[in-house]
Amino acid sequence: MPTVKMNVNGEAVSGEVEARTLLVQFLREQLRLTGTHVGCDTSQCGACVVHVNGVSAKSCTMLAVQCEGADVTTIEGVADGDTLHPMQEAFRDNHGLQCGFCTPGMIMSALDLAGRNSAPSETEVREWLEGNICRCTGYHNIVKSIMAGARAMAAGQGG
Amino acid sequence: MHDFTYRTASSVADAAAKVAAGEDAVLMAGGMTLLPTLKQRLAQPSDVVDLGGIDSLRGIQVSGGTVTVGAMTVHDAVANSSEVAAAIPALAALAGHIGDPQVRNRGTIGGSISNNDPAADYPAGLVGLGATVCTDRREIAADDFFTGMFETALADGEIVTSVRFPAPEAAAYMKFPNPASRYAIVGVLVARTAGGVRVAVTGAASCVYRETAMEAALEGNFSPSALDGMTASADDLNEDIHASAEYRAHLVGVMARRAVAACG
Repeated sequence: MPTVKMNVNGEAVSGEVEARTLLVQFLREQLRLTGTHVGCDTSQCGACVVHVNGVSAKSCTMLAVQCEGADVTTIEGVADGDTLHPMQEAFRDNHGLQCGFCTPGMIMSALDLAGRNSAPSETEVREWLEGNICRCTGYHNIVKSIMAGARAMAAGQGG
Repeated sequence: MHDFTYRTASSVADAAAKVAAGEDAVLMAGGMTLLPTLKQRLAQPSDVVDLGGIDSLRGIQVSGGTVTVGAMTVHDAVANSSEVAAAIPALAALAGHIGDPQVRNRGTIGGSISNNDPAADYPAGLVGLGATVCTDRREIAADDFFTGMFETALADGEIVTSVRFPAPEAAAYMKFPNPASRYAIVGVLVARTAGGVRVAVTGAASCVYRETAMEAALEGNFSPSALDGMTASADDLNEDIHASAEYRAHLVGVMARRAVAACG
């Protein structure tokens, strides 16, 4: 079986995987990083979004072996110890979640947007969320959370 | 997903050798269609040869009215290239509305056109703009490249290396997207070029095609009103739960008129 090495949340990791092992399976089942969720498993819902070399990607539609040598960041890697990341804090402040299943993917997707656009408009946030599905909230508070989180990051409260 | 042997490639020649050596090997670009296909067990290749490590296939060059996009350039890079936006704004806009941001971060132009999904956006971009597909063996005009549903002029193991777009005088792409997948139910690219007007339609039929009657009408009068009353023929158009053939035929006219209007 192939061996794959990558950096996950700043830590060098390696593991034996099958060629067909998906990145999300490697993260959840071998590394036990279960914050990244599998929702639809068909690259529609975005619950599995992580960052690969700094850009958001759906980890259900990547092979683990494609990430050889890559820097991968999951939801577990964004807080600073017990201090939530400003984007996470914004989701809490704005009640940006109900059941929470989609939240890890929403936050990882939002962080990619905030890195490109420090003050996204409501329209820009809604267009960006094309690949993230939430079945609870109607998106309204998620959009508010992301706008607030991006502003907080730009204001230098972390990030 | 059935298992397979995963192979990396250091160069186009290396990838070509590895795909030829495999019993039933396939090439992988961004994997945005291939991986879902494998997950559904619609394909069972012996080997997957990953083009992701070939840096020479990535990048955008703009010079002398020509935009050249490397085959492994992701949609996000085309969408956000200021050089592409200046030379062919319709191409940047088209790339920026493919799928969703995460698909655009991984999906590539070479993968998209080699797959030739009948509802993909890039085939309309290439045919509408009169692009040229460069492979490791030859150059193929876009008009000759897309040959049928999921079919192209590529020979077994032939690898797309780049796509060359001549900048038009004006062009616009208008898409009526499926609200779930963002694939085109109908997408029309209209371009006014030195060689004439081109109207390319994706999503409506089994393969991208040109609406030659609309091209002729626009040749004499490049304005939306030149297309008044014109629709596509519904014969042989796609029909599914999202849209009937007649509805798609109607949308071809609507999208074409909007695209002409957007050309300014």
